[in-house]
Amino acid sequence: MRPHFDPGFLAGLVFASLVAFFLVGPVILSVLAGVTANYQRGILESGITLAWLGRVFELYAPTIALSLGIALATLVATLLLGVPVAYALAKAPGRLARLAEEALVMPVAIPGIATGLALILAWGAVGEFRTHWTFILVGHVLFTLPFMVRSTLAVILAAKLPALEEAARSLGAGFLARFVTIVLPNASPGILAGSLMVVTLSLGEFNMTLLLHTPFTMTLPVGLADSYASMRLEIGSAYTLVFLVLLIPLLVALQWAADRATGAPRRP
Amino acid sequence: MGNDRLALAALVAPAIAFLIAFFVFPLLMMARTGASGPDGLATYLTILVDARYLASLGKTVLLAGTVTLTTLAIAGVAGVFLARHRFPGRRVLTAFLTLPLAFPGVVVGFMVILLAGRQGVVGTIAEALTGERLVFAYSLAGLFVGYLYFSIPRTVLTVMAAAEKLDPALEEGARSLGAGRWRVVRDVVLPGLEGALLAAGAICFATAMGAFGTAFTLATQIDVLPMVIYAEFTVGANIAVAAALSFVLGAITWAVLAIARTAAGANVAAAG
Repeated sequence: MRPHFDPGFLAGLVFASLVAFFLVGPVILSVLAGVTANYQRGILESGITLAWLGRVFELYAPTIALSLGIALATLVATLLLGVPVAYALAKAPGRLARLAEEALVMPVAIPGIATGLALILAWGAVGEFRTHWTFILVGHVLFTLPFMVRSTLAVILAAKLPALEEAARSLGAGFLARFVTIVLPNASPGILAGSLMVVTLSLGEFNMTLLLHTPFTMTLPVGLADSYASMRLEIGSAYTLVFLVLLIPLLVALQWAADRATGAPRRP
Repeated sequence: MGNDRLALAALVAPAIAFLIAFFVFPLLMMARTGASGPDGLATYLTILVDARYLASLGKTVLLAGTVTLTTLAIAGVAGVFLARHRFPGRRVLTAFLTLPLAFPGVVVGFMVILLAGRQGVVGTIAEALTGERLVFAYSLAGLFVGYLYFSIPRTVLTVMAAAEKLDPALEEGARSLGAGRWRVVRDVVLPGLEGALLAAGAICFATAMGAFGTAFTLATQIDVLPMVIYAEFTVGANIAVAAALSFVLGAITWAVLAIARTAAGANVAAAG
């Protein structure tokens, strides 16, 4: 390690700090604006208030509830669909598994607005589906499933599952018993990291949801766009504050879980 | 053994069925709708010849390209710096640099408004200095700032992870052979990071091409491709053109990611 008075180190530190300032500065401004009585006059002159947060709950409470509900439903669906796929991909022979993985990841490689439009064209006219919240759920599952599969697959591949399973099989454990008692516990760090990722992404998804939503199914990010366009800056800020309060703990947990998932399977 | 094969197939079946019903089938429907307008299949040609759509496509590619190069430069320097040095406050700095990691485009747009909008700080500072209020949030410049804001965190993470894996002995060796700081960066560090930069750049480019929330928040006059698609679909009710444009946009982002994945070899995690 080189000493800290190295000019290269100082230049790097200043540069990184400036970038950090660019990224964090607006967040701080937004949080402050959300509790400022009058942003134009400033927080010092006009004082602190929780009134804007109150207004947000009056106007947008249903969007918050809907987004949380959809995020949880998306999580359940990706767990049920994704974890078995990750296990199968880890066990199946090379080329076919690679191809299946490729196909599964495709929805993330295509912009949300395109996928959303395609969903509407294919399923928009089918009964009440278009106005039901499950229409948005389908889009979110499509978009988040690859993250669950990848995260779980990585951990399963790193753990020495085949040997453990072979041992269990020789002791007479059937497929289901092995899946529940060996695969799931060993894959749990990856499943946890994937779960947090799925919830975080679903909670913030906008590109696709803007097309998929209807006046009856407005999610939090769509509500945010609505408030930015039609409400005072203070209300938009307060609403953003509510969103950040939901999002940031998830991000912190995600970082922790991801470190744990990649660090867990230490090689001997 | 045969039983296991069957069990594996059964495990994959629900996801595959879901994918076929809600992804493959809709994409096929969209491709068909793209050819259902008055021009028929020629709609796909029209959008590549029509001046308005072509200009929009060009503008979007140019913006995404500029954002990608700028992001790689900024995140590359910051990421290598953080991976290389241990100092008090490093964890906090890293946390700050990756804070907006999962901010949706709409929120990023709002951050740009707070920076450079009508009531933004940049405007206030500029007014105090020059007497003139600087407002650039509601333009292509604002979108550029927004996409940088969005892309830097994830690229910093990718660069950091790759730089941690570089062997410091190689740099030490180059230095002891008399290579200057820039030679070391050009001949040792950059080649070592090539795969990560390629992967991160492809994700950055594809995301900037298809991102929608930031432009939607900032202004309706910014005619990047996703905004044109939205306008054609909602205001113009020109569904065939919207579908054809979506198809072309999806093909571009998918191809960019696929090429980068092949070139980089490693896992190119897809765009958020």
